[in-house]
Amino acid sequence: MVSILDIIGPVMVGPSSSHTAGACRLGLIARDLVAGTPETALVELHGSFARTGEGHGTDKAIVGGLLGFKTDDERIRDALTIMEKEGLAYRFEKTTLGAEPEVHPNSVRITVSREHRNHVILGASLGAGRIKVSQIDGYPVEIDGSSHTIVLVAEDIKGSVARITSILSDAGVNIATLRLTRKHRGGDAFMVIELDERPDETVRDAVRALPWVKWSHRIDKVGG
Amino acid sequence: MFGSIAEAAKAAESEGKTIAQVALEMESRDQGRTVEDIRAALARALKVMRGAVEQGLTGDLRSASGLVGGDAAKLRTGPDGPLAGTLFRDVLMRALAVQEVNAAMGVIVAAPTAGGAGVLPAVLLGIARDKNISDDKLIDALACAGLIGAVVAQRASLSGAEGGCQAETGAAAGMAAGAATEMLGGTPMQASHAVALAQQGTLGLVCDPLGGYVELPCVFRNATGAAIALAAIEMSLAGITFAIPADEVIDTMGEIGREMDVRYRETAGGGLAATPTGRRLAKERLTQIRRA
Repeated sequence: MVSILDIIGPVMVGPSSSHTAGACRLGLIARDLVAGTPETALVELHGSFARTGEGHGTDKAIVGGLLGFKTDDERIRDALTIMEKEGLAYRFEKTTLGAEPEVHPNSVRITVSREHRNHVILGASLGAGRIKVSQIDGYPVEIDGSSHTIVLVAEDIKGSVARITSILSDAGVNIATLRLTRKHRGGDAFMVIELDERPDETVRDAVRALPWVKWSHRIDKVGG
Repeated sequence: MFGSIAEAAKAAESEGKTIAQVALEMESRDQGRTVEDIRAALARALKVMRGAVEQGLTGDLRSASGLVGGDAAKLRTGPDGPLAGTLFRDVLMRALAVQEVNAAMGVIVAAPTAGGAGVLPAVLLGIARDKNISDDKLIDALACAGLIGAVVAQRASLSGAEGGCQAETGAAAGMAAGAATEMLGGTPMQASHAVALAQQGTLGLVCDPLGGYVELPCVFRNATGAAIALAAIEMSLAGITFAIPADEVIDTMGEIGREMDVRYRETAGGGLAATPTGRRLAKERLTQIRRA
């Protein structure tokens, strides 16, 4: 849903809402998937991101997001230097992820790892700082960063959705949307739950304690 | 959020409200936030807009390449033209100021985008200073502008990579024109005509920045975008109407954007970016950035 505050905003470090602010937000989401600053990252830039990213500070903005800087954090200007000082060596490559209109001209694939966890997101910056994450670890998703979100992978067992929703309702967290996808019947289920409130650590721990949940992460909202 | 300007204008007129009011009420329902909370967020945006204008007017900003910067200050202290001492010149100066800050990786409000961020603060803050308009009314104007931008986002695009500059400074001109018209006492229908009048003047505008960087011609497109917004405001408040409704003008912008060759959508493959001088300057600039 388009919000007035998406249009009059974000407050951001220039020069480009799509190439800088949107890029930063995609970096922040990738960071949340490994729950901290990634030890390694491969950033594959597509289309306009690949062609004009350098001059827009797209590299600085994505690295800024991976380091946890919000769109208005002036440290984004020095993100590459900060990255080097922290001993991090994120890699950038130019690539082609597909053809328009299936793949947005400002698309990026970010592969991150931290503490032996690896995740990969495919996302696009849609303009005005708005973003869409369309894949996580190969599962199709639709995350625009305007809500706090829980993502999890679980074995495909009966009653799994009911169990998770009851944990959330016990914690007083209201569900905005819930989307379940799987690659094939009986395969792992991928759940994306957008929430009205930010769930706290007790929710995370309760979800992770379920024996059939393989992993779960909280993605904080990055806009709206 | 409203899906058309017509719907919003109709809702406002039938309830005897402004577009800003119905926009804030709709946003409150959509997002589950109070109107006061939304207004507080817009007040923060207004503060950042003011800060960017002030920073840009100091005149010693340079983008990484040095391609742009220092021109806002020229309008402040440089020789007079026919518009010296007018609101018009003041608005041009403010538009350049914000974009110079943006190009130097300073903090701005994307409204609707960073590349078009100079138009709205220039028009609104320029008029507010000239006419002594309160911050409360400016916050209303930002809400009205937000609604117009949200309609453009839904019906067309706000991305130069998708729709050319008409989707960035063009949309910004429509937002500024509609919002300022209402801020100055225009009716919802007058605001709607102002949107149409501004955006008809930017249809087909390509996104052709040198090297793909939000610098040249972006900084100047914001000044000319603000000038188009001022023209639309003046015409609309004088009672001039535009025969094609705002929503259809916006749809046309979207259609032109979809038909626009990729060279003209932020890729630096065509337009001014592809001129001999454009290519030479972009190449020099990249060398400079890599050295920095």
